[in-house]
Amino acid sequence: MTLTRRELIVTLLGAPALFTSGCSASPRLPPEGDLLSQSWEIGHRLRDGFRPPPSTDQWHDVGVVIVGSGVAGLSAARRLKQNGCENFVVLELELQPGGTSRSGRCELTPFPWGAHYLPVPLPHNRELIRLLDEMGVVESLADDGSPVIAEQFLCRDPDERVFVDGEWIEGLYPATGASEEDFAQLTAFRKEIDRWSAWRDAAGRRAFSIPIRHATDDPEVLALDKQSMSEWLRQHGWTSQRLHWLVDYSCRDDYGLTAEQTSAWAGVLYFAARLKEPGAEHQPLMTWPEGNGRIVEHLASQAGTRLKTGLAVTRIQSSQSRQRLGEVGNNAPISDEIGYEVLVFDTAKEQPIGFRAKSVIFAAPQFLAPRLIEGFSGRTGRSAEPFEYGSWLVANVHLSRRPRESGFPLSWDNVIHDSRSLGYVVATHQSGNDHGPTVLTWYHPLCDDNVKAARTKLLKAKWSDLADVVLTDLERPHPEIRSLVTRLDVFRWGHAMIRPRPGFITPPSADQRRKATQPDGRIHFANTDLSGIALFEEAFDHGLRAADEVLADLNSRP
Amino acid sequence: MQSEDSMNRAPLFLLYLNVLIIASCGLVYELLAGTLASYLLGDSVTQFSLVIGIYLSALGAGAWISRYVDERLARCFIEVELAVALIGGASAPVLFLAFSSVGAFRVVLYGTVFAIGTLVGLELPLLMRLLKEHLDFEDLVSRVLAFDYLGALFASLLFPMFCVPRLGLVRTSLLCGLLNAVVGLWGTYLLRPLLSSRGLSGLRGRACLVIGLLIVGIIKADSLTTLAEEQVLGEPIVHAETTPYQRIVLTRNARGFQLHLNGHLQFNSVDEHRYHEALVHPALSSVKSPRRVLVLGGGDGLAVREILRYPSVASVTLVDLDPGMTSLADRFPPLAELSRSSLKDRRVTIINEDAFLWVGRTTEITFDTAIIDFPDPGTFSVGKLYSTRFYRMLRERLTAGAVISVQCTSPLVAPQSYWCIVKTLEAVGFHVRPYHAAVPTFGEWGFVLASSAPLPETLSLSSELSGASRFLTDKILNSLFDLPPDLARVEAEVNQLNNQVLVHYYDQEWGAMK
Repeated sequence: MTLTRRELIVTLLGAPALFTSGCSASPRLPPEGDLLSQSWEIGHRLRDGFRPPPSTDQWHDVGVVIVGSGVAGLSAARRLKQNGCENFVVLELELQPGGTSRSGRCELTPFPWGAHYLPVPLPHNRELIRLLDEMGVVESLADDGSPVIAEQFLCRDPDERVFVDGEWIEGLYPATGASEEDFAQLTAFRKEIDRWSAWRDAAGRRAFSIPIRHATDDPEVLALDKQSMSEWLRQHGWTSQRLHWLVDYSCRDDYGLTAEQTSAWAGVLYFAARLKEPGAEHQPLMTWPEGNGRIVEHLASQAGTRLKTGLAVTRIQSSQSRQRLGEVGNNAPISDEIGYEVLVFDTAKEQPIGFRAKSVIFAAPQFLAPRLIEGFSGRTGRSAEPFEYGSWLVANVHLSRRPRESGFPLSWDNVIHDSRSLGYVVATHQSGNDHGPTVLTWYHPLCDDNVKAARTKLLKAKWSDLADVVLTDLERPHPEIRSLVTRLDVFRWGHAMIRPRPGFITPPSADQRRKATQPDGRIHFANTDLSGIALFEEAFDHGLRAADEVLADLNSRP
Repeated sequence: MQSEDSMNRAPLFLLYLNVLIIASCGLVYELLAGTLASYLLGDSVTQFSLVIGIYLSALGAGAWISRYVDERLARCFIEVELAVALIGGASAPVLFLAFSSVGAFRVVLYGTVFAIGTLVGLELPLLMRLLKEHLDFEDLVSRVLAFDYLGALFASLLFPMFCVPRLGLVRTSLLCGLLNAVVGLWGTYLLRPLLSSRGLSGLRGRACLVIGLLIVGIIKADSLTTLAEEQVLGEPIVHAETTPYQRIVLTRNARGFQLHLNGHLQFNSVDEHRYHEALVHPALSSVKSPRRVLVLGGGDGLAVREILRYPSVASVTLVDLDPGMTSLADRFPPLAELSRSSLKDRRVTIINEDAFLWVGRTTEITFDTAIIDFPDPGTFSVGKLYSTRFYRMLRERLTAGAVISVQCTSPLVAPQSYWCIVKTLEAVGFHVRPYHAAVPTFGEWGFVLASSAPLPETLSLSSELSGASRFLTDKILNSLFDLPPDLARVEAEVNQLNNQVLVHYYDQEWGAMK
């Protein structure tokens, strides 16, 4: 079922986009570009039972195997190293570390392929502040423990603008033509968010905090998870189209879900958790030309040669099970203590290899656990079922120069009001490069209810059709865009983000997530999906926790 | 005779009107060429003298050539008329374009003047010979010459009072051409009895073509210099170009020329010395034997002109975003003259890059003086050049005792903007000394001296400067640091990359002026 160009435009941008895309059968496409994605071919082979055994001389003994080099895996590696445990490897299927925080680079500038900013952490998130300090991002600490961030890492003004009714205006709220009622509802909404940011439970915990394990489990707050963000707005009597758009955009931006699809708990968290106190501005954002790729680079440099890319883990099994299965035909010595064998396929050498480890940190998304961990599904209470992941389409659009335009000037984040895309960020913005060629990173979350169908659609699409979708969307604010593009690369993220739909935060899903977070023997789990929301802070926090569990394992050993 | 019957008194009168128009247009072309030459090349006495001389001699040449026209006088007259329309009409736009794209501009200029003169010189003798059949010789000479000189008077009044201020040079030229062409087309009807039917429609077709071309030219003239732009700037535009970075426009009036970037006045040749002496000398007087000087912005070369007066200066590094700006003097000789071709000096190195990126990336060199002459902080991309981050990066490029001076808009019009810049410099740990100078074109203007080391309380101009400076004396130099009460400090925030408060202040304060 290959979609035609027109069908793809309608699917991804909506029918009105056809009017602007014109009727040309062969639209002007960029001179070059690549179609990129995660290595899903090997994933599908795995699903079909591909797990070749390594030969005896291809086994390596290590203390800890970390599966996955996303933010969680790399954070775990850093924690182990900083606590004196250096006997580990990080195994990464892709050729590049970072997971959804990975980045690319061209002669002009690095650019993000996924996550591209981080709000300045509140004082309680000391571990994250320590990481930022290590990176040279923190200049000092204020009296209350808030980090003072060096100016060049804070998102440079102008940070955002929105294209509404044919004009760019400052900020994100589509204020053009807004009525007094619109503004009154916006104010009331902000007041309600303020109320939530001030809310504390009996133990003094915030209603919404990041990482979320610092937040309350009070039923009043969790009750928000029973409804969607849109329902929550309507329940408050807020019907302003502009307010609904602002909230919907925020949900799509942070979770890849529309406001109708997002749990109100997650929706309110987005706004309330980043307020230091009522009335405060949203915490400022830190960003880099390559987005969170900069943090990945820092973390990866700490892992050094222990980070091994291009290695697909095909099986994680306990050594005992291998004995049980009578596979001990070779000379591999078997120790008495519980250990794990991690079967790996080296995609570069096309060769299976193996690691023996005392502990494993599974820092990959939960949906891969049943495919990789032997006997996973059989164990009580463990199921990857409730974990649902949305797909994203990300494009890096290389331009020979910036488009000519009027209205509020080019900003870091540039949002198109009447679009299903999220607009684009400008890779050269943070480096202060304001003239000449640039790279725009364009984002589009596929908010379909049927994730599988959407994913299949995305993975089957051709480069030319996806490139045309990107340009059709950008053509609205920038009619001359096609004549400026020198290169356009498209990345299809099949499993980009965990989806916090209503009910996912509270039981029974909450119990399943809690179970998934607990170790399975000496397999420890670390990934942002365990929090139910896809955030750097959550992935980092899970990485540290899993590493601490492993360190406790090691210390408890006689 | 057939022709005598049909050429009655009425059309004869109309023919005199033709003479009037022809004469007026002829003089306008001459004035246009003279004005344009003195605008573009400077030295108006020489330019006007040369243009008038060449034009008059060409008139003579045209008159001489007219004797070789034996037959078909009327047709020839109309052909000449159309040629004048085309060449004269297109002269100003063509010369402007040639100026920025052709090396041998003077050849094109004087060639055009000579061609127009020759054609205009042909017109009257031909017309007089056409009319001689119908008039007494005395009558003919007195009337034609009277209308000719009357036309000249008319043109010489119209040109400075209406054409230049209201239409600009390009539109004046195209409109005169259009008048000539209309006279040509009209002539095909007035002189119909003297024209053979053969080729008549072709002649009229050509006339219409010329009219069409000139109308297109008038419409297209907006892409060269828009009427709106000239009216906003208030003076005739003598040079305009659009670079990838900005719109560069030079205007000229009787007293001097002015540079505008994106519609903002950068200097007026009449009083720029006040601005540039005030920008440069306080900083260089604060450093003992300045050797390595950094100039940020200032692509006009006028600040560098002042810096090069110091014999101790071994090198000047000028960083200006726009190569179109740093090479402007090559295309506009009056600027080369004004800047004394300072950017061609062997001590000067030009770097065309965004100063923010250059300062961030350069590591090898340090400077003992820096002159910061950026445009006013009216946009975010300029606002970053006044941020704490920028000043911190700049400090890495300075020696311990280095002194910098910063132009910082008008402290009278935009006090919060001015004091925001001062406060930002203080925030990164500089010692500062705010000062001001009166630059009539701009009004009351603000600067600030800054240094990592304490700044001297009193300054004296270097001995090499004595006599060279037109504005500053030791006494005046020190008085610049006395701020009158109406320039007293006001509260302002520190300008950072992530708040860009300066751009907001500037927008509010200067916006309120408009």
